[in-house]
Amino acid sequence: MNLFVQVVEWFLDPAHWSGTRGVPARLADHLAYTAQALLIAAVIAIPLGAWIGHTRRGGFLVVGAANGLRALPELGLLTLLVGFVGIGLLPLTIALVVLSVPPLLAGTYAGVRNADPAVIDAARGMGMREHEVLAKVELPIAVPLIIGGLRTATLQVIATATIGAYIGLSGLGRFLLDGLARNDYTQMAAGAVLVAALALVVEGLLGALQRLIVSPGLRTAPARGRAPRQAPVVAGGIAS
Amino acid sequence: MIWSWIPGNADRILALLVEHLRLALIPIVAGLVLSVPLGWLANRYPLARAILVPAAGVLYTIPSLTLFVVLPGILGTRILSEINIIVALTIYTVALLVRTIADALAAVPGLVIAAATAMGYRPARRFLDIELPLAIPVLVAGLRVATVSSISLVSVGALIGVGGLGEFFTEGFQLQFPTEIIVGVALIVLLALAGDAVLLVIGRILTPWNRQAAGGGT
Repeated sequence: MNLFVQVVEWFLDPAHWSGTRGVPARLADHLAYTAQALLIAAVIAIPLGAWIGHTRRGGFLVVGAANGLRALPELGLLTLLVGFVGIGLLPLTIALVVLSVPPLLAGTYAGVRNADPAVIDAARGMGMREHEVLAKVELPIAVPLIIGGLRTATLQVIATATIGAYIGLSGLGRFLLDGLARNDYTQMAAGAVLVAALALVVEGLLGALQRLIVSPGLRTAPARGRAPRQAPVVAGGIAS
Repeated sequence: MIWSWIPGNADRILALLVEHLRLALIPIVAGLVLSVPLGWLANRYPLARAILVPAAGVLYTIPSLTLFVVLPGILGTRILSEINIIVALTIYTVALLVRTIADALAAVPGLVIAAATAMGYRPARRFLDIELPLAIPVLVAGLRVATVSSISLVSVGALIGVGGLGEFFTEGFQLQFPTEIIVGVALIVLLALAGDAVLLVIGRILTPWNRQAAGGGT
C-alpha cells in the first residue's frame, strides 16, 4: 500500500497542479487532441455512413474498414506519419482520426440500415423526399447506434492519445512516459490513474447523453437473460 | 522503403515475430479459459451478471498503456517484464469475452435445454455438450475481435520496452528509418488477419450444422 500513499501524496502536491507541466494543462491538451480528432472523424464518418446506409450501396466498404483497421497498430501508424508530415499535432490527429472513423462509420451505417422498412415506407407515403426520410426518420432512429459508435471511438481515442507523448506532444501520456524515463513509478501510476479516470468519466457522460437524446419511442428495453426470444416486440404500445 | 533491409535483418524480424505471437496468443488462450466459467456464472446467476458485466466494461475502458504501466506496481513484477503485457491483454480478452459468452449462452433456446434435460443430461454435461457448442458462433465472433485487437495492442508494449514487432516502431522512429516501421506495421496487420482467418475456419469446423444455412454471415 506504500505505492498508494505515494500516489495520493503526488496528487496532493500543489506543484503538480500548476504550469504547462501540471495536471490541468495536460488534461486540457489531452481533451483538445481527443475532441479535435473526434470532430474531424464525425464530419467524415456520419454523413458517409448515413449515405451508405440510406442508399444501401457500398456496405461491404463499411464492414471491411471496421474489421481491417482494427488490426492497424496505432503506434506504427503514428511513427510512420511523423516521417511523412513531420513532428507535431498533425500526425497524432491523423492517426486518431483513422482510429475513430471505423466505429463511427459502422454505427451510423448500421443504425440507418436497420431502420424498420415499414417506417420508411410510411414516411415516403406521407410525401417526404429522400433527404427528409434520412434526416427526419432514419437518422433519429439511428441515434442509439451512432452514439454507441461515438462511445467506442471516444474511448479508443482517449486511450491512444497517450502515445502522443512519445512524439513529444503534451497530454496525460507525458506523466506515463516521463515517469518511465526517470524511473519515477509514482508519477507513472498517477498518470495511469488520470487516464483511466478520464476514460471512465467520459464514458459515463456519453452514457448520460445517450439517455437524454434518444427518442422515447426507441427506448424499449432490449430482451435480457433468459427472456423468451420469440416474444413479439410491440413498438409504441400498439398491439397488432 | 529500402527493400534490402529485410533480408539483411531476417533473423531479427523472425525473432520479434515469434515474440509478438507469443505475447498475443498466451493472453487469448488464458482469457478464453478464464471467461468460459465467468460467462457461465454471469448467465446462470443474475447477481453474478450484475457484478461481472459492468466490471468487465470498466476494465475494458482502461487504456492499454496505462495498464502496462500500472501492473508492475500491483503484481510486483519488473517494468520490463513480459508478464505485464500478458496479464494486461488477458484482462482485455476476459473483459470482452465474459459478456459475449453470457449473451451467447442466454441465446440458447429454452426448448433445446429442456429437451437435453429430458434426455437425461445432467447440468455439467448439458453445458459442455449442448449449451457451449451452440454458443460457439457468437463466442468465435467475440474471440476474433479479441485476437485482432490483442495482436495490434502488443506493439504498444514497445513504449515500455517489451513489444514484439512494436520495437520496429520505436527504433524506426528514433533512427528516422521508415522501412523498419512499414515492415512492423505490415507484419502486424498480416498476423492479425491470419489469426482472424484461422479462427473463422475453426468456427466453421466446430459448427457443421451452420453450414446448411446458406450465406449466413457472422
